[in-house]
Amino acid sequence: MDIWLLILGMALITFAIRYSLFAFPTLRFPPLVRQGLHYVPTAVLSAIVLPGMLIPDGQQWAFNLHNDYLLAGVATIAIAALTRHLLATIGGGLLVFFVLRGLLGQLPL
Amino acid sequence: MSRLQHFLYGSRDSIPMIVGILPFGLIYGALASLAGLSLGQALGMSLLVYAGSAQFIAISLLTLGSGAVVILLTTLVVNLRHVLYSAALQPYVGPLAQRWRVPLAFGLTDETFAVVQRRYLARGMAEHGQWYHAGVALALYVSWVSSSLVGALFGQSVPNLAGWGLDFAMLATFIGIVVPALRSQPQIAAALVAGAVALLCHGWPYKLGLMAAALSGIAIGVLLERRKIPVVAGEAG
Repeated sequence: MDIWLLILGMALITFAIRYSLFAFPTLRFPPLVRQGLHYVPTAVLSAIVLPGMLIPDGQQWAFNLHNDYLLAGVATIAIAALTRHLLATIGGGLLVFFVLRGLLGQLPL
Repeated sequence: MSRLQHFLYGSRDSIPMIVGILPFGLIYGALASLAGLSLGQALGMSLLVYAGSAQFIAISLLTLGSGAVVILLTTLVVNLRHVLYSAALQPYVGPLAQRWRVPLAFGLTDETFAVVQRRYLARGMAEHGQWYHAGVALALYVSWVSSSLVGALFGQSVPNLAGWGLDFAMLATFIGIVVPALRSQPQIAAALVAGAVALLCHGWPYKLGLMAAALSGIAIGVLLERRKIPVVAGEAG
């Protein structure tokens, strides 16, 4: 496969999607749609985060205490809820994750 | 205040996102070179496509030996969520000149959206909104491209960098965006329903479950909001 053609195709698809509604400057959405847009980040990102925690390899459920994605994910959610601070959440979450991986012996050192 | 100042404010407000992007870019670059992409190709994908999760999935599909059509279709579905971002920012970005809309569309990632949406909701287009937006977009783009480059350069010299789990950075970032927004029942319900549907449908081909989950979450949010305050459901405007 020509990787460069693939990259070009992915680039065109991604840009077209992102530009889609910017192409219509005068467009106004009905109230129902505007209301729905308020839920976009919550719904989209939750739909990525929960499988990322519970099915970290994308194949197998890992609902157990050896799953550091799940454990650190829960800890990160707690940090976010308590601090409501983005940098503390991302930095703290990553720290918890790598400490856990070290303790569980899952860091390939 | 000057345009430059708001541009710099945008870059400053992007710092937390950059903390999450750097590890994710590193792991992408490392996996891309492990999958057999040349340095130019690994970097080129970040420069031209600029979509972290889609690039990540494309690399794993390449490793599995999937064909181009499957990879392109998956890119389409995984990135469809950006139609929703495009729609949400359209009232602000839509009226700008083409020379603004094209680069701002190119840089419309999850992280950029999260930072600029907050600003637009608070202040609209006042005080050089588009310069703030540009500052966010450029800072995050540079972070993604440079961390991809470092990952592709050194990914093979650090033993088993792919096994470190740096992809957790994306989850931490998204958790940091979502959790503070969960301040009402409809928002909480939208998160739970979207997460549950995503888990149930994760086996669907081409990541179609992601779109089904997002739409279910949005629907339940709107439904609950309308039930709670039926009088203002048809808000003016």
